[in-house]
Amino acid sequence: MTQSAEPADGTASPYPQFPMRRTCPFSEPGEYAGLRADEPVSRASLKVNGKPTWLVTRHEHVKQVLGDPRVSSNLKRPGYPHQFHISEEMLAHVRLMMLSMDPPDHTAQRRMLIPEFTARRTKEMRPRIQEIVDERIDAMLAAGGPVDLVQALALPVPSLTICELLGVPYGDHAQFEEWSAALMNHDLTPEEYGAAVQALDMYLDKLVTLKETEPGDDLISRFLEKNRTEQAADHVDVVTMARMMLVGGHETTANMIALGVLALLEHPEHMAELRSDDTLLPNAIEELLRVFSISDSGTARVAVEDIEVGGVTIRAGEGILALNNAADHDETVFADPGTLDFHRKEARSHLAFGYGIHQCMGANLARAELEIVYSTLLRRVPGLRLAVPAEELRYKDDAMVYGVYELPVTW
Amino acid sequence: MRVTTDRDRCVGSGQCAMQSPEVFDQDDDGLVVVLQEKPGAELLEDVHRAADLCPSQSIRVTG
Repeated sequence: MTQSAEPADGTASPYPQFPMRRTCPFSEPGEYAGLRADEPVSRASLKVNGKPTWLVTRHEHVKQVLGDPRVSSNLKRPGYPHQFHISEEMLAHVRLMMLSMDPPDHTAQRRMLIPEFTARRTKEMRPRIQEIVDERIDAMLAAGGPVDLVQALALPVPSLTICELLGVPYGDHAQFEEWSAALMNHDLTPEEYGAAVQALDMYLDKLVTLKETEPGDDLISRFLEKNRTEQAADHVDVVTMARMMLVGGHETTANMIALGVLALLEHPEHMAELRSDDTLLPNAIEELLRVFSISDSGTARVAVEDIEVGGVTIRAGEGILALNNAADHDETVFADPGTLDFHRKEARSHLAFGYGIHQCMGANLARAELEIVYSTLLRRVPGLRLAVPAEELRYKDDAMVYGVYELPVTW
Repeated sequence: MRVTTDRDRCVGSGQCAMQSPEVFDQDDDGLVVVLQEKPGAELLEDVHRAADLCPSQSIRVTG
């Protein structure tokens, strides 16, 4: 077990610390298996502030918690398990994004957005995503290897897809991409990072204002149109929603693109299998999503009433982390969970997109992006290989969303 | 086998339509629509999987 935390009042916490590190990028933190077996609903203390939280690690319990209306996603509620440092004063000024809202506010906004992310709408976006991917691979091949696949492909694809979705005018693409890439650049100083966030916010604010008077064929315009009668959101809500789309669909998809490519490069037999039978690809993507579960603790909640989970009573006001990476390595659901198996029948039962009313709205879009990127790379860059030894890669161990910082490749 | 859904609970994830497209679809609002209320036994496994994957537990399979 990890060392005890030191809470602000100076008393040592008796609980293990969270987050726990992944020792292998393709698996869960080593402590999870023991927790699932011995104490599936357990106490931990948050590394960032020493505060206690509950950890839920079994697949059935994670589903139970995330499907329970007696838990809240509102990060302003006392007891919510924050995983980054935030002062009371800053918290008071935070504008809630949809993913932090509870019903009925959440329901009203989500209902207006659902039509944008149906299986059919996603299918309609596929040709444009294919163009984006092809353009990026053209540029990559023209530049010649080695290149960092994160910068050359993994980041720009979701960024350009979101531009398309939000209706960012073509002339603004380069600037927009620069700001959105800054949100993921961990080498920036806090000042540089803050400046990029502010510039992006101002841009999104202007974009929403523009679409209020000159609507286009895009998500923001359609949302504004519906909102005229529904009145579920004000101007700032719409700007916040646009930012949520960007943040929610950007780093997550980018990290899955890079990690998935890495997994294929590290398992040439799996790559050969996909190349010979592309009907395997959809299930392979579910399996990659399961194995990596990159947003492990993105499912933070706080109980608003006492609830019982696995024989343990979680009291109202206590924080809960329903760990989807732990659930997705539950051996009672996924036999031999550490093994990447593209034929795994139950792969789709993973909780990498969460579960319950907040399950990722962009899941089908992310699946389409992953499918197009992987299949196009396999077809167009058959000689793709790592340009550095795999041991030299650096992983985002401390980040909210797991990933690899750079993926140098050549062909 | 009989399939019923609760559209008030539906959050439009589309998991059902992807898992069992013969039985489920999404309407223009993105909410679940049942295409066959009494699907044949050959679809039983897929329908149960769709119900299991539904994040808002909006699908009920009886009989």
